[in-house]
Amino acid sequence: MSGVRPEPVEGLRPTQPADDIHGDVSVDRLALADELAGTAADGSTAVASADVAEYALRLGDDALVLAQQLGMWIARAPELEEDVALGNIALDLIGHARSLMHYAGTASGRSEDDLAYWRDEPEFRNAWLFEQPNGDFAHTIARQLAASAYLFELYSWLVDSTDPTLAAIAAKSVKEVDYHRDHATQWVLRLAGGTEESRRRMLLAIIDTWPYVDELFDDDELVERLAAAGIAVLPSTLRPAFDAVIDEVFTEAVLERPTGRTAFIASGGGRHGSHTEHLGPLLAEMQVLARAHPGASW
Amino acid sequence: MPSDPAAVRAWAVAATVTDPEIPVLTIEDLGVLRSVEIADDGAVRVQLTPTYSGCPALDAMRDDVLLALTHAGYGDVRVDLVLAPAWTTDWMSEAGKEKLRTYGIQAPSGNAAARPAGPVRVQLAVKCPRCDSLNTRELARFGSTSCKALYECRDCLEPFDYFKVL
Repeated sequence: MSGVRPEPVEGLRPTQPADDIHGDVSVDRLALADELAGTAADGSTAVASADVAEYALRLGDDALVLAQQLGMWIARAPELEEDVALGNIALDLIGHARSLMHYAGTASGRSEDDLAYWRDEPEFRNAWLFEQPNGDFAHTIARQLAASAYLFELYSWLVDSTDPTLAAIAAKSVKEVDYHRDHATQWVLRLAGGTEESRRRMLLAIIDTWPYVDELFDDDELVERLAAAGIAVLPSTLRPAFDAVIDEVFTEAVLERPTGRTAFIASGGGRHGSHTEHLGPLLAEMQVLARAHPGASW
Repeated sequence: MPSDPAAVRAWAVAATVTDPEIPVLTIEDLGVLRSVEIADDGAVRVQLTPTYSGCPALDAMRDDVLLALTHAGYGDVRVDLVLAPAWTTDWMSEAGKEKLRTYGIQAPSGNAAARPAGPVRVQLAVKCPRCDSLNTRELARFGSTSCKALYECRDCLEPFDYFKVL
């Protein structure tokens, strides 16, 4: 049967009315729950406990919100290759978010789409860093450096989580985040060592971004419970490794990490549903289509 | 590759499915086809693994496996996605790498397992798939798809894709 594409099987794909080439909005007959497996190595579907679901949601929201921000650069980046790079990074992050949300949803019977499109601001659990606006390109790169360096340390630890699903998602994600971190590092070096203007903007971007770094490393009751069981890592313990990597990059770029009195510290609260004014408009844009046409596929 | 003869036949059918974005590569060449099992009642269970987390080709491959097996007469087919252990370019077959080069995409150079830890800012030379020159340079680390980077050859002056080590 090589070279012969099998005939479509009735019922596998949503049917489109023949007289409308644009198709019609119809409910996707593929079961959404089957779309992406947060499955164990043997293929069985793992079900998250309430605590693990909440934790997975935090991680998933970080990835989803950052992906949405990065997607806004497509067709607006300083060069074509950057459109493609930031789009690719966003795609990886959406992949991570899908796996994490699928897993989080097993605790409550919600699909990944339910979680992405049908929650409002106070129900989102992402840290403030991820919802900060793109700013100029230097601001996006400063946010990318902090985000990818943090995610790399986090996933590197989660690879050894006692929760097999989280460990599997982390093992998959860490290799991709490694590329993201490398991308951000190279741009920090280029901007800091480029023209006077690019360096000025990079410096400003770091000053503006760093207040949102501390929240990433805040511990709370949930992570303490999960860390005691070896499921999660205490965020605070990731800080030294994160700082070491950042210092290495900054040393090479002749930059200084904001510390002490120069560092304004944002209060945070994203993990408990308090957000900055930037999340609302982002969610509105991300969710509008799904809410206008519930269950739509096209 | 399974040992059970019935599963081997089903594997051979599933293995004809190609990557929608790199049609010279089958899912077997890629290492995406992980297992095929047949239950006593004839139900076929296939496991695929994603290359990159967000790769949209996976949904197409999954549908294509389902269609190929259904078309070949298998009634009860289920395709599951597994994440662990995470896919790596090390699983790509030598035949697959050769097909890639012939197609104009340089295959991953080196093994993922051998990548050093920590920030990586040194890229090994990537050979031009057209003229075998090592005098090439990276134009963009992120290319037309998640798995590829864009290079140009400074000898034959052609741009080409490089399948990144993952």
